[in-house]
Amino acid sequence: MGSYVPNSPEVQREMLDAIGVRSIRDLYANVPKKMFVRELDLPHEMSELEVRAAVTELAEKNRVFKTCLRGAGSYRHYIPAVVKSITSREELVTAYTPYQAEISQGILQSIFEYQTMLCELTGMDVSNASVYDGATAAAESITMCLERKRTRAYVSATVNPQVIAVMRTYCFGSGTSLTVLPAKDGRTDKAALKAALGDDAACFYLQQPNYFGLLEDAAELGGLVHAAGAKFVMGVNPIACALMKTPAECGADVAVGEGQPLGLDTAFGGPYLGFMTATHDMMRHLPGRIVGQTRDVDGKTGYVLTLTAREQHIRREKASSNICSNEALCAFTAGLYLSAMGADGLRRAAELSMSKAHYLAGELKRAGLPLLYRGEYFHEFVTACDARTAAAIEKALEKAGILGGLPVEGGILWCATEVVTRTELDQAVEIVKEVLGK
Amino acid sequence: MKLIFERGDPGQHMTLLPECDVPEVSLKERRALPLRLPHVSENELTRHYKQLSDRVHGVNDGFYPLGSCTMKYNPKIDEELAALPGFTRLHPLQGDAASQGALEVLWRMEQALGTITGMDGVTLQPAAGAHGEFTGLLLIKAYHTARKDSLRTKIIVPDSAHGTNPASARMAGFDVVNIPSGPDGCVDLTALRAAVGPDTAGLMLTNPNTVGIFDKNILKITEIVHAAGGLCYYDGANLNAVVGVVRPGDMGFDVCHLNLHKTFAAPHGGGGPGSGPVCCKEALCRFLPGPVAEKHGEKFRFVTPRNSIGRVRGFAGNFTVIVKSLAYILTLGREQLPQAAENAVLNANYMMARLAKNYEMAYHEFCMHEFVMTLDQLHQKTGVSAMDIAKGLLDSGIHPPTMYFPLIVHEALMIEPCETESKETMDEVCAVFEALRKEAETDPQALHDAPKHTPVRRLDEVEAARHPIVRYQFQQD
Amino acid sequence: MKFPAELKYTRTHEWVKMETETDALVGISDFAQDQLGDLVFVNLPVVGDTVTAGETLCDVESVKAVSDVISPVSGTVAAVNEDLLDAPEKLNEDPYGAWIARIEKVSATEELLDAAAYEAVTHEEA
Repeated sequence: MGSYVPNSPEVQREMLDAIGVRSIRDLYANVPKKMFVRELDLPHEMSELEVRAAVTELAEKNRVFKTCLRGAGSYRHYIPAVVKSITSREELVTAYTPYQAEISQGILQSIFEYQTMLCELTGMDVSNASVYDGATAAAESITMCLERKRTRAYVSATVNPQVIAVMRTYCFGSGTSLTVLPAKDGRTDKAALKAALGDDAACFYLQQPNYFGLLEDAAELGGLVHAAGAKFVMGVNPIACALMKTPAECGADVAVGEGQPLGLDTAFGGPYLGFMTATHDMMRHLPGRIVGQTRDVDGKTGYVLTLTAREQHIRREKASSNICSNEALCAFTAGLYLSAMGADGLRRAAELSMSKAHYLAGELKRAGLPLLYRGEYFHEFVTACDARTAAAIEKALEKAGILGGLPVEGGILWCATEVVTRTELDQAVEIVKEVLGK
Repeated sequence: MKLIFERGDPGQHMTLLPECDVPEVSLKERRALPLRLPHVSENELTRHYKQLSDRVHGVNDGFYPLGSCTMKYNPKIDEELAALPGFTRLHPLQGDAASQGALEVLWRMEQALGTITGMDGVTLQPAAGAHGEFTGLLLIKAYHTARKDSLRTKIIVPDSAHGTNPASARMAGFDVVNIPSGPDGCVDLTALRAAVGPDTAGLMLTNPNTVGIFDKNILKITEIVHAAGGLCYYDGANLNAVVGVVRPGDMGFDVCHLNLHKTFAAPHGGGGPGSGPVCCKEALCRFLPGPVAEKHGEKFRFVTPRNSIGRVRGFAGNFTVIVKSLAYILTLGREQLPQAAENAVLNANYMMARLAKNYEMAYHEFCMHEFVMTLDQLHQKTGVSAMDIAKGLLDSGIHPPTMYFPLIVHEALMIEPCETESKETMDEVCAVFEALRKEAETDPQALHDAPKHTPVRRLDEVEAARHPIVRYQFQQD
Repeated sequence: MKFPAELKYTRTHEWVKMETETDALVGISDFAQDQLGDLVFVNLPVVGDTVTAGETLCDVESVKAVSDVISPVSGTVAAVNEDLLDAPEKLNEDPYGAWIARIEKVSATEELLDAAAYEAVTHEEA
């Protein structure tokens, strides 16, 4: 049946008799008569064949770029075949939240493994089971750091603008003051940070690598933050964590970020994965579910949702976050991706990404597009040009099936990952040369 | 079962990436902390995950009667279409011109949900129901702020509400006023009238409510709140009872959220990802989070409303979840969507009628898509609690119903069969419930000891909370 | 169920011991810990905080619930029992030994019952 209802009209009749009513509408007795919808202005029902055709047509109206040189918060990395093969298993896709631990050990254990891996990546002590995405993780990290006398939040202007936007919205809700601290030459202005932090500062949020791809002096900035008595929150790229100094080594109290690079498609923006890790002291301030290890009545090791008294279903209006459904299957995917890649594989993905990006930057410089900022960068960088040139480059690349860097203020924000080949990079550079030559 | 970290050996890895075809560079300052991720071959990896999968209970494993969760069947065509490369390989910032299909998906979904809810504007950004609640409450806040009415600091919530309701109100900066439900489980109009005033920003309600009953006073309720100058928020978690049959907009609600992973058949994924679109009446449209998909002539564009509250997440929404639900809505269409709701209500009443022979129902009128049983008397008589019955169900391979919710019913078990269950399955499940009832009277200890046949038995949650172990510790630590 | 005679109690199941005229030790009663079940965490108040008789002093968590501890007195939090952070079970095992907070500069109190009157209250509730 088109509605996936297995009971035929005859069986429905039997059921109505068992209940003791004549029609299903009798069961809606409490609904005022005039409230029933008379005509639902939706398309007519369709067979599966027709739905397949209709939605496939929508998919085909999109351009799928063969080469992607754009990041800015969403990254095309190589996803091992084993990842999708496993994550499409029906029971993993259709299971409910693991509240009934005895029959949900598979999910609970996989999340425990995920939590462990995120702690390894960031160096932090504890992780939660996910929040919606990196931007909401950043917003929730502010709430974690608020104290009675420390109510002001600070964020660097070098953070992804979408993340800052979400922080603003959440602060509109909570009434928290949020100040964006200025950048200097593409990185956080240290003097401005020092001057801004008073004894009512709750936290400072830094993105590493930052929105422009640059590495910030995270440890030094963390020192300034702690000197002011505030908490240091870092938003990190999980692939970069394989190489760079971890948030833990930089003194972070909380380390969050966007987990999409860990085995998730770019998928036009979602579903993604917000990861949140913290020091042991901050554990009970983490929002969302956390899986813990324990024993059952027979002494067997098992896993269970724990520290649940933090959450909304128990604390209600006293909960620090309302989060219920999270990104569980995405967290599962990330754990699986990390298991398939291993430490060597992840380091390799990071090094290849960084190398490809540096090669591209070098070639673009020779073609006439210099870097806008100086300083070490990971796999993203900004080249300097005016808006008109940026648009012309973007258009020319699109014609050749290449999604070029993102036009930003002052130039173009490029990204390269391990999936792009030297040949593709050379092709892109050729096209840029042509545009600049005109 | 071993943890992934306990498998394989450091020499194992998969050959996934090619050699570097450009000069290699790396960071000057690198991490000193070791990175200890699993080291397994592909064979071992797949076996580990197979073992994990065997310990997961999906909708394909059996009956899943979780009240308020709407665990209906998740159609496979929806999964397949959401996995099309024309969707999965899109970069969210690749520009409107290159994303016309994706924008059309979003636009069509906005149109469909607006029609279904009887509302004028839609945002598909929120990633879950609670996220939608937070968003909708911010719309209410923006509305009152724009009217320069700073007195409206309170949100009224019935004591039967899901915990996300008061938590969301708090996150949006409101104080929560809890009002008691009446003996019929519905909103107590006297209590509501006493609670509203010039400080009322709004009311949050679900209808049918959390005890599965359609509140026949719904128009009166929304009128009382409106008369006091407040707005009405509809929690769409229970929409499955009335989808395509009654519209929240016609009940007097100004804003609502929907759960695509409930009513609209997107799968639960073990706790997510979901999607919680928010719909609102005209007066709130200008505050919606941006960007929203709009149609101009034959083209689609992203547009940000002029007084938008801003973003509530990165990019446009949980896009592939939206694709799944759009496929579902297209499949059912105007004819079958109401059929789904009606059969959900039929199934719930059928089970309630059968179980009423052995179990006490919390309320004695027809239910909507779910109903609540109270095991309070059984507990007093035999010592067997709702928890014990739930654990007993596990031994029969049946996922237990929602336990101990809503808070206004003692020893509650809330059952929602959904329209996608057959009479045959429901009869089998009722028989199991009947057998458990007998066991409660004849051998209560067996139920205290349940489950016995699951991979692990009852777990020590007290120890897990007192001394949390939330990650694997390697030997070296 | 224990009701030490030298202590005073509130209707909301806290006990108070006036150590001096202006210093009070506060905890939860045996009845309270029995009702709450296994406690897993105590969200201790902060030293230096002002508390008001009849309002929430702090809360305690069991696996599936959170319960407010109401302050029997008004004053300033002088000290908190940090042992409870690692061993919340002490509240269950020894409710009258495991104090939660010491309040100084006590200015007002809630209605305080003696042991016999409080015991009667618990019988009403049960």
